[in-house]
Amino acid sequence: MNGVRLTRFGTGAAGREVAALYVACIAVALAISMAVVEASGRSWLQAASALLDGAVLSDGRWGETLRRTAPLLMVAAGSSVAARAGVFNIGQEGQVLVGAMGSAFVLTLVHPGGMLPMFAGLLLGAATGGAWAGIAGVLHVTRRIPVVLTTLLLVYLAPQLAAFALSRSELLRSTEPGAQDRLLQSSPVVPGSRLGIIEVFGNRFPASVPVAVVVAAGLAWMLARTTWGFRLSMLGLNPRVAQRAGASQARDGMAAILVSGSTAGLAGAMMLAGGESQHQFSAGFASGAGWDGLLVALVARNNPLVAIPVALVFAGLRSGSTFLSVAGIEAVLVDVVRALLVVALFIPPAIGAVLHRRRAVAAITERI
Amino acid sequence: MPSPADEPVAAPPVVAARAAIELVSVTKRFGSVRACDGVSLSLRPGRIHGVLGQNGAGKSTLMRLLIGLVQPDEGEIRVDGRAVRISSPHVAAELGIGMVHQHFSLVDALTVWENVVLGDRAGRIDARVARRLVREVGERFGLAVDPDARVGSLSAGQRQRVEIVKCLRRNPRVLVLDEPTSVLTAEESEQLFVVLRRVVRDEGVAVALASHRLDEVLRATDEVVVLRDGRVAVAIETAATSADELAGAMVGEGVPHATARGPMRVLGATALRLDSLTVRSARRGVELDALTLEVRAGEIVGVAGAEGNGQHVLVDVLSSLRAATSGTVEVCGTAVRTGRAGAMGRAGVAVIPADRHDSGCILEMSVEENLVLASPRSVASRGVLDRAAMRSRAVELIAQYGISCPSPAAPLFTLSGGNQQRVVVARELSSQPHVLVAAQPARGLDVRAAREMANRLRATAESGTAIMLLSSELDELLDLSDRVIVLSRGRIVGEVSNDGTAARRIGLLIGGGT
Repeated sequence: MNGVRLTRFGTGAAGREVAALYVACIAVALAISMAVVEASGRSWLQAASALLDGAVLSDGRWGETLRRTAPLLMVAAGSSVAARAGVFNIGQEGQVLVGAMGSAFVLTLVHPGGMLPMFAGLLLGAATGGAWAGIAGVLHVTRRIPVVLTTLLLVYLAPQLAAFALSRSELLRSTEPGAQDRLLQSSPVVPGSRLGIIEVFGNRFPASVPVAVVVAAGLAWMLARTTWGFRLSMLGLNPRVAQRAGASQARDGMAAILVSGSTAGLAGAMMLAGGESQHQFSAGFASGAGWDGLLVALVARNNPLVAIPVALVFAGLRSGSTFLSVAGIEAVLVDVVRALLVVALFIPPAIGAVLHRRRAVAAITERI
Repeated sequence: MPSPADEPVAAPPVVAARAAIELVSVTKRFGSVRACDGVSLSLRPGRIHGVLGQNGAGKSTLMRLLIGLVQPDEGEIRVDGRAVRISSPHVAAELGIGMVHQHFSLVDALTVWENVVLGDRAGRIDARVARRLVREVGERFGLAVDPDARVGSLSAGQRQRVEIVKCLRRNPRVLVLDEPTSVLTAEESEQLFVVLRRVVRDEGVAVALASHRLDEVLRATDEVVVLRDGRVAVAIETAATSADELAGAMVGEGVPHATARGPMRVLGATALRLDSLTVRSARRGVELDALTLEVRAGEIVGVAGAEGNGQHVLVDVLSSLRAATSGTVEVCGTAVRTGRAGAMGRAGVAVIPADRHDSGCILEMSVEENLVLASPRSVASRGVLDRAAMRSRAVELIAQYGISCPSPAAPLFTLSGGNQQRVVVARELSSQPHVLVAAQPARGLDVRAAREMANRLRATAESGTAIMLLSSELDELLDLSDRVIVLSRGRIVGEVSNDGTAARRIGLLIGGGT
């Protein structure tokens, strides 16, 4: 399947046109970004160098970028699996939060910490994230309710669930002295149950980074090289052919949504175990990781391997943005730049799809 | 309809001799196919003209010529003796020609009156006027329908009424109906004919009614034209003909089909057994009605019938795409659960679907992937695909079936339609199935490719596969089948063994005669 996807836009005149379009679109997006920065009264050169410093150049910053890459990549890899199967799970933000919450029940509450509670916590996080997505799957299979709708609405339900768990000390609410007066949040993860930190040249990032890369590579392999991946692709491209060949929307579509839910849940659990928000769970814990991951998958056109560099760029923009405010530039500008880039990266495949469609139609009408 | 103001003499609104619209040796080609070949037809006011023929005989093309959806390549169309160019349905409407479509052209989400005034080029829409209009037209012709009902909630018969009201309120001089009863119940059809009779009697409209059903053409029309292969086979007063004569004209005669077949094959045990197979749906009612049928190993059973009489539902059930409401499917003596993904394929049922893009192949996938779609496990071990095995399988089949493609890795959409069809056939036949369901296998193929397909099917039957062949081409069925069953409204209405008189008897059964 990889072969197809690469050749689809990669060969012939249409392929070259699309490649040229990519360059042109990104150039236009950057030009508009510069104009926006200049219009806000700042120098774009200054903004760009602050961004680069924050993302890569300053001490320890690329470690920070890598740390932020891990959940984006995990989420993107999982949602690629669902999207390939034609199931549009867009509720990763909620699944990340619920996954983190599930893991918090073990990671923050089981004393003393250790490898066993850590793995149990991560597993529980994956399971709860999967279950949260599974609600949408069940509603789809039994009541034909579109997954796009239910997964999206579940995003808005997840913080309510988290707030409930955090409002009760018999559940997740921190019982440390003084914690009662602060924002609703859990106790920190028990020290022994935290993810290991990898340090390279003064850049520190948690072990979730290699895990995410392994997960993305594994899922890419699964999609391209296994019969299950083959069946999922069939399901996404032509459900009737798939049904005849033995891949059912109910069983395989459901499995695909569970995979994407659990990877999002695991991403949330690893954020918590890896030190996000000082290891403390709160209702705002996911902080956009699910949405960003979904965007990464969209831009990477549901290819988990392509998602690796895309996730790096997106995480770099995030970590770089913290330096923008130091330089006196609105950090919101990064959101503008990111949105422009996403739009720019969407245009060439859209045009490629139109060209592809025309050729397919021409191939069909030829016989008439 | 009152005579137009510019007529010098106010003719009485009864039968007039002069044609309202005339086709003079009109020819329409699609590629190398002549859909209409030198057809002449005149529609006279106050008369219902039946246009009879099998699927693909040219009925729809003829109707679309009248309404301006297609343009003739040769010949001319005359309205009131003047040659005209009907370049669009809008021009047709200005000339007083209205059409009731075979597939409805209504908007479900809108109400009846909104649909009726839809397409008006007037600047302003007055709901009250529109509602009154719907009621008036309805009363005048006995087409009662609630102007405020939402079209989506109406039955097929009521929707058709809305279509007819939409046409009649423009006071047309010519009304064209293409297979109007194909979606109606028997009772609704009867009501439609009453309405049409009133329209011609009271308004002097000329009606063209295209149909493949003998019985209704005999009952409802004043004169009839039978089309076969795009030509007029017979044009006659309805009162002066019989079902037998029309059936003969429809299917053509003098072609000795039975002799074209090879020697009788040796038939084996029953490979496919359908027992009271019934499919019912809320939307369409009974789609398959207690179908009972056996196909033996080595046998080819043809399934005839006008399109939309349950054939595609039968194929869907045998493709695991739909579940039966009741009844059973047995393959080689083992019951197979219907509607369960992949169950039919695992039991040994191969399918060449009528529309390969719908359920036969995946355009975005490569040729080699399409060749293993139905059984990816055959080129995998422990769930991991063996790309080398997939490639060598593809190379073998490409050579064996003469598939012309740039490479096994090329996406299927880069292949021509005929080669896409070969990919589907190669995959399905190479699985050595117990049962092969072939629906319109030669559709869209040129003569040589069609013959190649027929030979493959024969060879497959000889190797012991039970074949169910569904086709709207009577010649194809008679050429290949040992016997032919005829489907009508989801039911088997007859079975004909393939001998010299099969064509006429099948023609009668398809036409609903006895």
